[in-house]
Amino acid sequence: MTIPITELTVVTPEGPAGDASGPARPSRRRFRFVSNPKAAFGLAVVGLFVLFAIIGPWVAPYDPSGRTRDVLQPPSADHWFGTSHLGQDIFSQILVGTRGVMFVGFLAGVVAMVLSVLIGITSGYLGGLLDELLSALTNVFLVIPALPLIIIIAATVQGAGDLMVALVIGFTSWAWGARILRAQTLSLRNRDYVQASRANGETTWRIIVFEILPNLVAIIASSFVSTVIFAVMSEITLAFIGVSNVSTWNWGTILFWAQSQQALAQGAWWWFVPAGAAIAVLGTALALLNFGIDEFVNPRLRSTGVGKVRTADGRKVKMKVGFTPVLMARISSTAPTPVTPVARATPVTPVPPGSPAAPSTPATPSTPVTSNPPATSNPPVPSKGTDQ
Amino acid sequence: MKYLLQRVVFYLLTAWAAITINFFIPRMIPGDPVQLLIAKYQGQISPQAAQSLYTLFGLNNDDSLIEQYLKYWNQLLHGDLGVSFTFFPSTSAEVIGQALPWTLALVGITTVISFMIGTGLGVLAGWYRGSAIDGLLPATTFLSSIPYFWLGLVAISLFTGIDSFFPSSGGYDPGVVPSWDWAFIGSAIQHSLLPALTIFISSMSGWILGMRNMMVTVTSEDYITVAHAKGLSEKRVMLGYAARNALLPNVSGFALSLGFIVSGTLLVEIVFSYPGIGFLLFQAVGSKDYPLLQGIFLIITLSVLVANFLADIAYLLLDPRTRREG
Repeated sequence: MTIPITELTVVTPEGPAGDASGPARPSRRRFRFVSNPKAAFGLAVVGLFVLFAIIGPWVAPYDPSGRTRDVLQPPSADHWFGTSHLGQDIFSQILVGTRGVMFVGFLAGVVAMVLSVLIGITSGYLGGLLDELLSALTNVFLVIPALPLIIIIAATVQGAGDLMVALVIGFTSWAWGARILRAQTLSLRNRDYVQASRANGETTWRIIVFEILPNLVAIIASSFVSTVIFAVMSEITLAFIGVSNVSTWNWGTILFWAQSQQALAQGAWWWFVPAGAAIAVLGTALALLNFGIDEFVNPRLRSTGVGKVRTADGRKVKMKVGFTPVLMARISSTAPTPVTPVARATPVTPVPPGSPAAPSTPATPSTPVTSNPPATSNPPVPSKGTDQ
Repeated sequence: MKYLLQRVVFYLLTAWAAITINFFIPRMIPGDPVQLLIAKYQGQISPQAAQSLYTLFGLNNDDSLIEQYLKYWNQLLHGDLGVSFTFFPSTSAEVIGQALPWTLALVGITTVISFMIGTGLGVLAGWYRGSAIDGLLPATTFLSSIPYFWLGLVAISLFTGIDSFFPSSGGYDPGVVPSWDWAFIGSAIQHSLLPALTIFISSMSGWILGMRNMMVTVTSEDYITVAHAKGLSEKRVMLGYAARNALLPNVSGFALSLGFIVSGTLLVEIVFSYPGIGFLLFQAVGSKDYPLLQGIFLIITLSVLVANFLADIAYLLLDPRTRREG
């Protein structure tokens, strides 16, 4: 996962070195998001789980509730993940259960997303007393611990099904997204282009929907993914402690039966390991997707290699992305005197080739020269860095 | 001071909201849950308890909703959370009072340790980007995606056994009488090691990631360059300049994610049958013990509010800007 995504570019008074690839062609920009390995991996795994959710009940080799005589069998060719105390096939249970997990996760995510967009943008854009009230409401929901609240509500509404659980989770977990959206809307509403559209006489809803909303898409997507993670975890938790209906299959139900039938004491590891692994893989994939979105929006967060650059007089400068390196020059071999930066890593604002380097200084004795190619420990990956 | 006052008002508002939600939840149930419960606990519920149940569920139609609400507050302010069904004839308040210290000790200590170690690792990961420690991030992401309780299940199956040092359940040895002597404390610590480790591993990665991303943002600030240019040592710039400024958002994040951590801890307690609030919640859910459930929800919410307030005070001490406004 430490593949360098951005490229180190040494910028000197003569211009950047090693950046001769020219401007990126437009065709490459279309799949920028997927070209991030984290996002691509996350998207692929989530897609796989969505596929299981759709076809799971049809391709499951056995009836997940069907009892057989193969009680507590370890994994074998017949039963890939073994069997439960009633001889039920655990692989089938996982496959069939995927649908409930994904349904609740995405429905709760959508409900929370709609609520957070409505509340966050309204309170951020309109301001005034309404903003005060909505912010207070948001903060209250943020501080009240969500899971106990969900447990209480789901336990009170007896025999809550998937739909009910999804709605309860959705209605209790919108606050985080609303808070972020409100902050971002606040900063957007005073931008020049919004002021201009207001001066043009655009209606408020048009400004919100067509001017502000498109700029919030990344944040909305990221908070949607976070809510899905939270919803999946909450739903599985509810099933695990037996609050929601334990007769419909999802991964939490499997864990519920494993726990209540003393799977641990009987050494039946295959009973609870697959369900937990499925949760962990889905959660990781969603989290990676979220990192991908974050890094797409904020290029600084991309992890990059640390390189060393050799200067003209043979000393090594440590290049670190995000930092402005400082050289310690020894002028007439007295006390070290700091020198302003001459080499710079530019992941955030790529300098177009040929343009003069911005932060360079008038030549000091220790200025590195371009003729010496940068000796980076990680070779740059040209296909990914330049166009991001 | 003004800042602190604002926070106090906000927490009072939140407490009021939580109590009001708690008041309305049982009133949403269709039908007559009390008759159901009386039938279920044949003979165990005294007529007096049944009466208080009717009050709790808002089913005594003599009172208007407002009167019921005022009565509910009156009960609460007298510390009366109703009579528990499961632990009849103990009141909910007594039962919760016995469980609370266990949870507070477990969550409090592990959270503080995991926050400190996680933040420290985050500082290093953000400073030395692309190094081995930054490469740890995907692994910690995976760990944080695992539900707390499942990690607990795996820990039990891996580390406990008949002749293992780690006990698989309970808060102390059955042979030890709870008192302030070494035998009991030692036994309690021995029983809490595995749950604590589970919570620690699951919760730490969040701190690493948050701190790492803040460090990354801070390191491109001008004052970092200036500090470097002044010739300050790497360590001093990292800790005194970058980490110090990156810490603030992490502290407020700490306050906000407390509720989440507490929830996770509840589940770990369930898995380990640890005698805290979480295990109590599990028992209450299993037996549909509504008074106990509601009491637990109130106590958890109020504890989280208090912890939030403490985090606010810490923020006040760390960030001079909030102090100047007062």
